[in-house]
Amino acid sequence: MFKILKYSFYDVLRSRWTVLYFLFFLVSTFALLYFSGNMSKGIVSLMNVSLTIIPLISTIFGVMHYYNSREFVELLLSQPIKRSDIFIGQYLGLSFSLSLSFVAGTIIPFIAYGIFVSSEVWNFSLLIFTGAILSFIFVGLAFLISILNENKIKGFGIAILMWLCMAVVYDGLILMVFISFNDYPLEKAAVLMVNLNPIDLSRIMILLKLDISALMGYTAAVFNQYFGTTNGMIMSLLSLLGWIVFPVLLFNFFAKRKDF
Amino acid sequence: MVEIKEIEKSFGRLNVLKGVSVSIPSGKVVAVLGPNGSGKTTLIKCILGLVIPDSGNIIIGNDNVKNSWSYRKNIGYLPQIARFPENLTVNELFRMIQDLRKGYANIAEAERCKEELVSVFNIQSFLNKHLRSLSGGTRQKVNVILSLMFDPDLFIFDEPTVGLDPISCVRFKENILKQKEKGKTIVLTTHILSEVDEMADEIIFLLEGKIYYKGSPDELKLQQQEATLERAIARLLEKNDNKINNQLPGKNN
Ligand SMILES: Nc1ncnc2c1ncn2[C@@H]1O[C@H](COP(=O)(O)OP(=O)(O)OP(=O)(O)O)[C@@H](O)[C@H]1O
Ligand SMILES: [Mg+2]
Repeated sequence: MFKILKYSFYDVLRSRWTVLYFLFFLVSTFALLYFSGNMSKGIVSLMNVSLTIIPLISTIFGVMHYYNSREFVELLLSQPIKRSDIFIGQYLGLSFSLSLSFVAGTIIPFIAYGIFVSSEVWNFSLLIFTGAILSFIFVGLAFLISILNENKIKGFGIAILMWLCMAVVYDGLILMVFISFNDYPLEKAAVLMVNLNPIDLSRIMILLKLDISALMGYTAAVFNQYFGTTNGMIMSLLSLLGWIVFPVLLFNFFAKRKDF
Repeated sequence: MVEIKEIEKSFGRLNVLKGVSVSIPSGKVVAVLGPNGSGKTTLIKCILGLVIPDSGNIIIGNDNVKNSWSYRKNIGYLPQIARFPENLTVNELFRMIQDLRKGYANIAEAERCKEELVSVFNIQSFLNKHLRSLSGGTRQKVNVILSLMFDPDLFIFDEPTVGLDPISCVRFKENILKQKEKGKTIVLTTHILSEVDEMADEIIFLLEGKIYYKGSPDELKLQQQEATLERAIARLLEKNDNKINNQLPGKNN
C-alpha cells in the first residue's frame, strides 16, 4: 500500500493543478491577513474561504483523479498487489497531497505574520486541522460517487451536486427549519443537523473555539451548550472521523466487488 | 496448475459464463477459443481476479483466487486491450512495474530479460517516448514485454499477436515455444487458428457460456473428419446451429 500511496502522492503533487491550489491559498491567505490587519479576523476570513473551497476542490480533484487513474489501476490489478491496497493507497495519496498543499499554502503567510508567538496559535491549528480533515472527507465522498458511476460525466455531476447540497443548500434548509419552527425547542434537532454536515460541523467547531459565538445570537448559545463542552468537542471530532471512515469503507466495499 | 470449478458470471442480465469447469495442466499450452463475446476474456479475467465470479472457485497451486492476491506474482498477463498510464514513458512504465514487483521477482534478472526482449522486438528507439504517442503495434510489443519479463510459471495471453507485424509474430511464437520447453504453463486466446495448430496442446472451446469442446487439436480434426482445424471447428459449430434451429418452434410446419 505504501508504494501505491507514494506513487499517487508524487503523481498528484507534480501536477499543475496541485501547484495552483497551493498558490491560491498562499496568495489569498497573504491577502486576507494584509486586509484584515489582525490575526483573529484573518482566521475567520480564511475559515470562510477554506470551508467552501476545500470541499469543492477536493471533490473535483477526487472525481478527476479516480477517472484519470483507471488505466493505472487496471495495470496494478494484474500485479501481485492487494486490491484494497491499490484503492486505499490512491485515496491516501491524493488526500495527503491536497492537505499538504492547503496546509503549506496557509501556514507560510501565518508564520510570516508571526502566528507562533501569538495567542491565536491554537485557533489557527484547529483551522488547519479541520481543513485537512475536510480534504480527506471530500476526496472519500468523491471516490465513492465515482466508483458507483461508470459514466464520468454523470459521476462528476453527482459529485458537484453533493458539494452544492452540503455547502449551500443545507445551510438554507437549516435556516428555514429554524424560522418555520420558531416556537418549538429545536436544540437537539439543530445539533443533529449540524452533525449531518461536515462543513457546518467544522464551522461551528472553529467559531466556538474563536469565542465569537456572542456574534451569533441565540443559536450559538444552544450550540455552546453542546459543542462548547469537552464532550461535545470529542463528539464532533468523532463525527468528523466518521465522515472519513464510512465513505472510505463503503468505497472499499464496492472496489472489492468491481469487475475490470 | 489451474483448477477452475463451476464458474458462473453474469453482467446484469447477460449470462456470460454458465458453470465452467476445467483444469489446466502444468507445462501445457492451452488455447481458449470461441466466437466474439463467448466469454474468453471474462474467464481469463476471473483467473486474474479482475472479474469477480458470481459463484464457483478457481484454485492456482494452493491459492484460492477469491481470497488471495500474492498468487499473481507467478502470472505474466497480457490483456486484450492494454491500458497504460499514458503520461509515462515506456522506460518509466517498465521501471514502475519492476519496483512494484520488488520482493516477488528477481529484478536484476527481469531487467536483463527486458533488455533482451527490447532488442528482439526492436523497440529501442521508443523507450523514451510517452505511451500515448506509440502506435498500436508498438503498444502491443510493450504489453508483450511486460508479460514476459518476470519469468513467471504461468502465462496468460489474451489475443497476443493482434497488431504485431509478421516478424514480431514469429518471434513471439518462438518465445512461447521456448517457455513451453522450460515447463511453463501457457493459456492463450486467439482467433488465428494457425497459431493454435502451431502451439496448442489443448483446445477449450467456449460457446454460450459453456465449454463446448475440450481436447487436443488433432483429436478434434479426427473426430470431425476434417483435415484442417478451421474446417473442424466450422463443422462443430454447424452441428450446434442445426441443433438450435431444430429447437425453434414452428420449424416443422
Ligand atoms: N465489464 C463488463 N460489463 C458488462 N458486460 C461485459 C463486461 N465485460 C464483458 N461483458 C460482456 O460479456 C460478454 C463476453 O465478453 P468477453 O470479453 O469475455 O468475450 P470474448 O470471448 O473475449 O470476445 P472477443 O473474442 O471479442 O474478445 C460480451 O457480451 C461482453 O459485452
Ligand atoms: Mg476477448
